[in-house]
Amino acid sequence: MLDARKSRADFPILEQLVHGKPLAYLDSAASAQKPRQVIEAMSTFYETSYANVHRGVYELAERATQALEDAREKVRGFVNAPSAREVIFVRNATEALNLVAYSWGLNNLGPGDVVLVTELEHHSNFVPWQFAARRTGADFRLIPLDNQGELRLDELDSFGNVKVVATGLVSNALGTINDAAAIAAWAHERGAIYVCDAAQAAPHVRIDVQALGADFVAVSGHKMCGPSGIGFLWGRSELLLAMEPFLMGGHMIRKVTTGETTWGELPAKFEAGTSPMAEAVGLGAAIDYLEGIGLEAIEQHEHALAAYALEQLGEITGVTLYGPPPDRRAGIVSFNVDGVHPHDVAQVLDADGIAIRAGHHCCQPLMGRLGVAATNRASFYLYTISEEIDRLAAGVRRARDLFA
Amino acid sequence: MSNSDFYREVILDHYKNPRSYGVLDDADARAEGQNPLCGDEVTVTVKFGADGETIDQVGFEGRGCAISQAATSMLTELVQGKTATEVATLPKEELLAEIGIPLTPIRLKCAILGLGVLKVALHRAKGTPLPDEWQGLDFA
Repeated sequence: MLDARKSRADFPILEQLVHGKPLAYLDSAASAQKPRQVIEAMSTFYETSYANVHRGVYELAERATQALEDAREKVRGFVNAPSAREVIFVRNATEALNLVAYSWGLNNLGPGDVVLVTELEHHSNFVPWQFAARRTGADFRLIPLDNQGELRLDELDSFGNVKVVATGLVSNALGTINDAAAIAAWAHERGAIYVCDAAQAAPHVRIDVQALGADFVAVSGHKMCGPSGIGFLWGRSELLLAMEPFLMGGHMIRKVTTGETTWGELPAKFEAGTSPMAEAVGLGAAIDYLEGIGLEAIEQHEHALAAYALEQLGEITGVTLYGPPPDRRAGIVSFNVDGVHPHDVAQVLDADGIAIRAGHHCCQPLMGRLGVAATNRASFYLYTISEEIDRLAAGVRRARDLFA
Repeated sequence: MSNSDFYREVILDHYKNPRSYGVLDDADARAEGQNPLCGDEVTVTVKFGADGETIDQVGFEGRGCAISQAATSMLTELVQGKTATEVATLPKEELLAEIGIPLTPIRLKCAILGLGVLKVALHRAKGTPLPDEWQGLDFA
């Protein structure tokens, strides 16, 4: 069982007061807070081992290179990838998804092909595919949602000549958990690839890329207690080997002449320029931290909090809840309060030191499907305690009453 | 700042009873815009008086937070009888003074949404100048 109170002690930022009240940080879906262990790993790296990687022959460069490659191996183990060559460091899941849309999408799609995403998608797994479809003449289609915010997988066969399916594993707006393995299997039966946006999943549930059956998986480090500026793309080596690079320049080449340039091996081929070295070390430390607590324990903790939040908020007159029942969702709750715009709910909560997200959560198509301009979103992580949800409920009542 | 300080009576009043609510038929100027702090939108319409310059009527509709909608409602009262040129160069500070509470950079965008959209409408109808941050955007 996870001891959230004990974990909180690792997070210096959670100790502060906001407008004189203890901070209740309920926006981990936007970004997670960092434990001391991650911050110190990066500081230590900067203080003792920092140098540019892969090229220097001197001691410091060897140490820095080892630190980066150790982090890569930690990522490999974290997602059970068959090989570290398939782990590509990028800035975040958005960059990872753009990489696939550009490098794979622009060279493998054409008129008559279908690019299939969903009504649930975050813009980062929607816009790049919409662009790739428009550029290549492919059709851009969406798997629809049912009224509980779950995907209508019974509609899959209606989409024609699907070449790529791209979906999230966990919805950042509704907390819906998609049956990614089933979607992957369906895609492969049709000779399509499956791209999984795991930004909202990797921090909270165990991911095994081999069991998932996906072809590409995108993850953001900052959502899993890692620093901002690092994420990774896992991809099947046979696909990565066949793809053109995305970003080009130093490190990703083998030989450069005026006449032509040849590409480097994996993963270098997709890691142009100086790597985010300290950030990778931070991500490695984050993985150690999460594994120390246990992804399964984290998942259970969040399920309990989500169930509690749905119950508490569900009792408030005037509150509308969105998304699936607690047993089919992650630690994310989206809701609205009759007559009070989400910005105003969030403003009232802020006065009490409570941080939630108000807006469209980078999911405008989903908001359109729900028939709203915006929602409030509270999201939980390993450091969230139930008292914070009690404060949230009290704050929501206060907002409702202020605008009545 | 307490909730009652932020959500002053005047703001709640304009939010619950917005002035000049309803887009005008046969408007002389019209534009629609969204707040980058997602979830607010307004449509602003204007009719000029006989001189074709002085703002005679403003009508707006919108969906959004109390600040964005109340500010737009207050704006419609502020610009009554002003010329298109005067409104095009109306400093946002005048509107913010009406609103009367300190706003963070993020909530500021809620407050000046209506003003920006009004300026876009006037720019499109009369070619009046447009503030930098409203240049080059794709507007309905």
